[in-house]
Amino acid sequence: MWHIEREGLGRLIRLLADRGYRVIGPTVRDDAIVLEEIEGLEDLPAGVREVQGPGSYRLERSNDGRLFDWAHGPDAGKRFLFPPRERLTEIRRDREGMRVGPAPEEDDRPLALLGLRSCDLHAIAVQDRVFMGLDERYRRRRERAVLIGVNCAVPGGTCFCVSMGTGPRCTSGFDLALTELADGFALEVGSRVGQELRDALGARPASEDERAEVDAIATAAAERMGRTLDVSDMPTLLYRNREHPRWREVAERCLACTNCTMVCPTCFCHDVVDDVSLSGDVATRSREWASCFSAEYSWAAGVVVRESHAARYRQWLTHKFASWIDQFGVSGCVGCGRCITWCPVGIDVTEEIAAIRATDGAVEVRTA
Amino acid sequence: MSTTELREPAAQPEGRPMRIAVIQRIVPETPESSTYWMTWRGNDGEGYAFEAGQFNMLYLFGVGEVAISISSNPMHPHHLGHTVRHVGRVTNAFRNLRPGDEIGVRGPFGKPWPLHEAEGGDLVIVAGGVGVCPVRPAVESAMRNRDRYRRLILLLGARTPDLLPYKDQLDEWVALMERLGVELHLTVDEAVGTWLYDIGVVTTLFPKARIEPARTTAFMCGPEVMLRFAGRGLRELGVPAERIYLSTERHMECGIGLCGHCQLGPYFVCTDGPVFRYDEIAPLLEVREL
Amino acid sequence: MNVRSRPRVAVFKMASCDGCQLQILDAEDALLELAGAIEIVNFAEASSDLRPGPYDITLVEGSVSTPEQEAQIREIREASRILITIGACATAGGIQALRNATGRLEEFVRTVYPTPEYVRTLEDSHPVADHVPVDLELTGCPIDRGELLHALASLLAGAKPRVSTSPVCLECKRRGAVCVVVAKGEPCLGPVTRTGCGAICPRFGRGCYGCFGPAQAPGNAEALGRRFIELGLRPKEAADRFRFITGWAPAFREAAARLEEVER
Repeated sequence: MWHIEREGLGRLIRLLADRGYRVIGPTVRDDAIVLEEIEGLEDLPAGVREVQGPGSYRLERSNDGRLFDWAHGPDAGKRFLFPPRERLTEIRRDREGMRVGPAPEEDDRPLALLGLRSCDLHAIAVQDRVFMGLDERYRRRRERAVLIGVNCAVPGGTCFCVSMGTGPRCTSGFDLALTELADGFALEVGSRVGQELRDALGARPASEDERAEVDAIATAAAERMGRTLDVSDMPTLLYRNREHPRWREVAERCLACTNCTMVCPTCFCHDVVDDVSLSGDVATRSREWASCFSAEYSWAAGVVVRESHAARYRQWLTHKFASWIDQFGVSGCVGCGRCITWCPVGIDVTEEIAAIRATDGAVEVRTA
Repeated sequence: MSTTELREPAAQPEGRPMRIAVIQRIVPETPESSTYWMTWRGNDGEGYAFEAGQFNMLYLFGVGEVAISISSNPMHPHHLGHTVRHVGRVTNAFRNLRPGDEIGVRGPFGKPWPLHEAEGGDLVIVAGGVGVCPVRPAVESAMRNRDRYRRLILLLGARTPDLLPYKDQLDEWVALMERLGVELHLTVDEAVGTWLYDIGVVTTLFPKARIEPARTTAFMCGPEVMLRFAGRGLRELGVPAERIYLSTERHMECGIGLCGHCQLGPYFVCTDGPVFRYDEIAPLLEVREL
Repeated sequence: MNVRSRPRVAVFKMASCDGCQLQILDAEDALLELAGAIEIVNFAEASSDLRPGPYDITLVEGSVSTPEQEAQIREIREASRILITIGACATAGGIQALRNATGRLEEFVRTVYPTPEYVRTLEDSHPVADHVPVDLELTGCPIDRGELLHALASLLAGAKPRVSTSPVCLECKRRGAVCVVVAKGEPCLGPVTRTGCGAICPRFGRGCYGCFGPAQAPGNAEALGRRFIELGLRPKEAADRFRFITGWAPAFREAAARLEEVER
């Protein structure tokens, strides 16, 4: 473990930018901490805290100048490694016929993602399992990216990473991991790139006291989880409860608005949509984030397969916590709690799964 | 499926490149479907091969892509047939195609019919309506290796005679089948005009076909209702669930298990299917809105 | 939906403000390309050279609000191969549908117009689709220019345009806008309103007021209204959020009625 002064973080940001990286980090915009391109320490959310609950997110001023005493806003690494909208293919047509080619990258700078939480790093590892073998664009962005984690000191009110085994302390998947201390940052190195950055920053070895403080921060954070979730007996718990009455109950509140899937750092579903110029000589194929809460998502041969909100909610929750395990060998949930906070009506996955578990095996009685 | 069993990576990343094919001939099959016969442009077909039961993603310029089963003979990968039912935005735009027009093709994708499973025994193929098209390559493959199977039984049904594809080849088929020793039975729910074959849902052909369950491997393709009834029918006859296979249909946008649309329970229909073993998939087909 | 290579296009208006038609005239850089791709043969807002049908594609703005319009829309339908209605008025009855089912038409006319005897109007204002079959509806107040151009380009390419029925939230999140309901406690109709606008209002920090009309079926506008009540609105106020430009659209109309029952 190493140590840098508070200003060292500013130097790290500039260093990465000088090396051609597009440095993405947390900043305050529109009453939330979002991830955007940053230029220096001054862009970070100094003296800001979050209050998160089901369907509610508020920022508070703490005026203590601390930079990372919050959990996370709506954004995660997904927005940059798997952008919400990107052109994939360009097809030109003339007398000779159709010519197919890849669409150019809009911004080809390598990414440096700063301020990722342990849950976010785990989410990237989950999306790696989805995309790496299949998607050249994702793989190129991912392989060139520098990931800088920050250990949580103050988890959010909807966090449950401890239950999912994904936090709060960064243990894998980072190049560098920071812990905010009173006089700077403790620095952990997770890769050769991280090592090289540490050397360029001139970090000094951390003292015994500093090491102990990092451990204490992580332990305290683990004890301050906003939520817990029992995920034993997955995936079968949800498979055997496909006809549970709870799906219909939650559907009375669910707006099928897609927010949970959009803020979920692992949700990967997308549409491939087509555009064509008015003159009819250039067509494009683009990828856009899509959601299993959309009716059009399950449109097949002229019918919507999942017509009800109950079926769509069941699909999402069952995929996230159960079938994901069969498909990719890990849970699709990293316990970040974003889906709880950013649900406009405050539906809470931990509550829904607990309710199904409490009445495991209940079957809906359909009345005519 | 165990929790540690990861899906196999697709053979080629990026969902296979788009090749260009040229429409040769368009054959109307039913009022709502036509077969589009195509061949590759230049050497775009280099290295292309497919197995019976697989599908391609077909792209219409500026309109979009759609997953369509290959309904032609796998022995001739340079002369492809796709039977398209005009039910959606892209499939309806197929109506505008004329011979000479170009079409983008990515593929082939998906698991094929396990023809080898039936070798040494009887192969029973049950298909309904346009479901006849995806089994056609399986029939052709089996006929080509006729000596590998004991009995070859083909049970085809449709709601009305005009909804049965390949009508223009029916009599030809019947004659050919007889010559090759294929037992062909045809039925419609409702006969209109001159109809020389059976009347009734496809399962009513089972007794007539004298299926021998212990020797049978069955392939089924058609509307989900038909699959449910035909599956139960075969099970009741005593055909083991693990020797019944069926082809399923779901919306697809990538063909490689990436876009998420085609999920059915734990499966991606595009890579885990579209051909599934009955015991894997039947319980899922019973769940409404899954 | 196949159209000839350079289709004859007409644009008509019924009861409306012309704002949607202006979206076409304001298409700027796309206008030239548009002119090369289609032949506009009847567009009173743009030119006095009005040629008769038949038309390959007809765009209709405005609601059916007068007896003349009832007859006119049938003639337009007859003359058009593909009929596209554009805007909140043509697709949901518009702001003028606020009078519907109030039984107070005469009183409104007397209050608004200095010479009420000149006004000949129907009891209710209706979307075009209530009178004649419509091939495609582009909603919004006004419509989104990009959606219109996409629709025309798609028709020219030989396909029915893809018009998403997903909610505004999907686009809001894609564009990285912060949710005003969650981060500010502000009522927003985005979760139940059809996307297509590019999430303009939430991107400027204000709640969506539903001008693109209800999103996908089955929808759950009432549950959103109940959330507004939790956020501090009175049931009547929550109901009124749905009674605006697209208030006559069945999903919003019914939700508003049920929310108002809570008040009683």
